[in-house]
Amino acid sequence: MPLFLPGEDPGPSFTELLRRTGRQPEVPQASASDRFEITHGTTVVAIRYADGVVMAGDRRATAGNWISHRSIEKVFPADRHSGVAIAGAAGPAMEMVKLFQLQLEHYEKVEGGALSLEGKANTLGQMVRNNLPAAMQGLGVVPLFAGYDTHREGGRLFEYDITGGRYEETRFAASGSGSMHAGTVIKIAYRESLSRDQTVDLAITALFEAADEDSATGGPDLVRGIYPVIATITAEGFERVLEPEIEERFRALLSELSAREGPARLPEMSDERGDDDA
Amino acid sequence: MSMPFYVAPEQVMKDRADYARKGIARGRSLAGVVYDDGIVMCAENPSATLRKISEIYDRIAFAGVGKYNEFDQLRIAGIRAADLKGYSYSREDVDARSLANQYAQILGQIFTHEMKPMEVEILVAEVGQEPDGDQMFHILYDGTVMDEQNFTVLGGEAEAIAARLEQAWGPGLGLGAALNVAVAALAGPDRSIASGELEAAVLARSNGRRSFRRIEQAELAALLPDAVAGATPPGGNPGAAPPRTGPSAEDPSGSNG
Repeated sequence: MPLFLPGEDPGPSFTELLRRTGRQPEVPQASASDRFEITHGTTVVAIRYADGVVMAGDRRATAGNWISHRSIEKVFPADRHSGVAIAGAAGPAMEMVKLFQLQLEHYEKVEGGALSLEGKANTLGQMVRNNLPAAMQGLGVVPLFAGYDTHREGGRLFEYDITGGRYEETRFAASGSGSMHAGTVIKIAYRESLSRDQTVDLAITALFEAADEDSATGGPDLVRGIYPVIATITAEGFERVLEPEIEERFRALLSELSAREGPARLPEMSDERGDDDA
Repeated sequence: MSMPFYVAPEQVMKDRADYARKGIARGRSLAGVVYDDGIVMCAENPSATLRKISEIYDRIAFAGVGKYNEFDQLRIAGIRAADLKGYSYSREDVDARSLANQYAQILGQIFTHEMKPMEVEILVAEVGQEPDGDQMFHILYDGTVMDEQNFTVLGGEAEAIAARLEQAWGPGLGLGAALNVAVAALAGPDRSIASGELEAAVLARSNGRRSFRRIEQAELAALLPDAVAGATPPGGNPGAAPPRTGPSAEDPSGSNG
């Protein structure tokens, strides 16, 4: 059981406690991504709406041109009123989420009260910055953070850069390889004070379009029943949207799209299929 | 030349124990009681900010009586030990027995080797997945660990309060009934305790991953009027409190039988 002298006490910080007790993970000394294919998580988005924030992420992880996982999760609760979504090197990103969740809970238990949303956002920024040496070796992590601010009574969202730079967004944010496509879809359709259902549909459309253009982003997997993870964060807290609802919304989107687009054929290809047969 | 000053070890230990006991007896007592959904802990505490009862981990709570700065130091050490273990291995590997043993080591070490023993008694409670898995470890200032069933009492008047609880406690109490039994036992026959003077918290199976929940003043006041009657038959239609997911001060209607 760790006991510290008053001058050496790590306070409510769990990462500082890890450092004091010699459990700080080591930073790789050489470029990992040059030698191995690193597993990467891809596209995540966060959208503000009337009651809070919707966060969503696809389920694919890739290593080079391999699909290394079909059902990885990239959207997590950080605590009761906030969530974190990750993109980047999957291993370090998962570790960062685990440490961030622990950091918030540890603070809450030691201090007897939760951090402010601003404090949580800054804590995550410090963790991204501390990861910079690993990012230089090809193990970068770029998260999104969103939460319901119980003091200001509204949803807030933050995006980060690889150096730990923290940028608050007022409307939406996207991160990962498909973020450009997903972001554009949201940007065009975004309006002030969307309802929950409209926002969930917007997130679904954005992820679908990102998967359509970016091979590292996974679309809905109707065969295996794997759909993106979507969560809402409101005054009631972090809540995952249930899978049947997501499936239903995806099917609605797919039937709408197939009615609009139809089979894509070039005119001269129309009925010439006989040549190579027989 | 003077002879080196000699004190018999028996005398040293006795003096230290007396010192610690006196310090503990100056404060108010605390009770932990098993009820149908977990463990409720209740203490006399006029302060609404300096807590005696707090969360250690998903299913584990800590309670202390005696010198505040000393048991608060132990509380934080427990949170650190639990979080480090959960981080290194897995959340389900963190258990109250291991924490209780670590506390006992620290208290025993300080009792025998330091100038001054810690003037504290602590409780490490763990709520089980099933009702018969509830555990309560009561640890004394000298590192003595006691594994207690059904209820436990910490503090100077522990024996008298435990005798009263022995009379009133029965299996299957609801939250309101268990709390009333605990408060009546803490107060004794000659006085009553206002709900504003109390601090209470539960480890509840129905609370999800983090089973610890404080019972805030409004809820406490609503749960307690029946305590005055003191006539609640143990086990007689206790009527469980509705499951809650977070701290709330809703009207806990029907929470007591």
